Amino acid sequence: MTIQEAKFQYLLRLGDSSLIIGHRLSEWCGSGPILEEDIALINIALDFVGNATAILGYAATVEGNGRTEDDLAFLRSEREFRNLLITEQPNGDYASTITRQFLYDVYTYYLYEALKSSKDETIAALAEKSHKEITYHLRHTTEWMYRLGDGTEESHERMQNAMNDLWMFTGELFDMDEVDATLIKEGIAPDLNTIKEKWEAHVKPVIAEATLQIPSYNFKQKGSREGKHSEHLGFLLAEMQSVHRSFPGAKW
Amino acid sequence: MTSSITTEQIFQLLSGIPDPEIPVINIIDLGILRDVKWDGETCTVVITPTYSGCPAMKVIEDDIRILLKGIGIEKVKVDLVYTPAWTTDWISDEAKEKLRAYGIAPPEHSSVDKGLLTGKVRHLKCPQCNSENVSMISQFGSTACKALYRCNDCKEPFDYFKCI
Repeated sequence: MTIQEAKFQYLLRLGDSSLIIGHRLSEWCGSGPILEEDIALINIALDFVGNATAILGYAATVEGNGRTEDDLAFLRSEREFRNLLITEQPNGDYASTITRQFLYDVYTYYLYEALKSSKDETIAALAEKSHKEITYHLRHTTEWMYRLGDGTEESHERMQNAMNDLWMFTGELFDMDEVDATLIKEGIAPDLNTIKEKWEAHVKPVIAEATLQIPSYNFKQKGSREGKHSEHLGFLLAEMQSVHRSFPGAKW
Repeated sequence: MTSSITTEQIFQLLSGIPDPEIPVINIIDLGILRDVKWDGETCTVVITPTYSGCPAMKVIEDDIRILLKGIGIEKVKVDLVYTPAWTTDWISDEAKEKLRAYGIAPPEHSSVDKGLLTGKVRHLKCPQCNSENVSMISQFGSTACKALYRCNDCKEPFDYFKCI
């Protein structure tokens, strides 16, 4: 595997994850539980979609086949997407959205922190920018973890159910393959084992303080590295890509 | 003909472009405009986004093109750069005063921000009555760059321009 091939794949992973979780959050637009939360989630969605635009744009440049970020976002099929499974899980109730976002925010917080010292200047610059934004996202979701986990009986139960459902998707956050190995050697990407240590040290005390339990099962779902997704991604893409596919080449 | 317009003059002209969301400050005040260069007949304008997904960037880019075309510069290139990452520290003191007068609490220095993020430092002032007795309603306000606060004395809600 060449560095260029590895970099393209790696950028798809980063960019697709941002795009898909950004799209998921945008589904809350107009139906958030309270106005402030509606606005907050949409602001966070905007940060992710902006990050995806920049990263997929750079991916297209690295690929060098004349594709653009729009081609990558709107003209690839489900099996070509490399987003993490956790990002495509449905919003569910507010407990599910917050739990999904918290587990993922802690991950991006440490991943992008490490990417700030990537030897690839463009990746380092984009990470520097996004990390500032992620700091705010993480603070927001952490507050909601406490508020809902250690809240009413019902909010606690919903949070625990969400944790039980979503925990299985946290294993593949740290899966590494040839793409990672190639880029770690070049100092472009971090070793995800180090991210995993930081992630665990961060999420465990928050989950405990939110009076929640980490599920006891050991099963971890994976597949996004090879483009194997849960059934939910296809439906999301059908909606997200419909305008672009109905009017090919349309420009705003 | 066109290249007789100096980059200083172009900077001067571009200072007339307001931020589309906060029209009291312009793109130089805000630190969005990073550079203006002549490359032969092409005028390259370098801008940086405040937030990754800031929708104002597209409008600002269009405004720059329209303005420069309007003074006869045919070839205009607008480059979007991400490094160095934009920080609220680039907002000029003069612009901070304009923000305050407009009803938006201006950002403090980003070194103070860590205290704010952990909720340990209380340093904001209500832009209406200067009271420090304020509380946060939401970390995310009408735009990504602002948080929503309320003054506990004069009871007015207000936007705070977050430090990043």
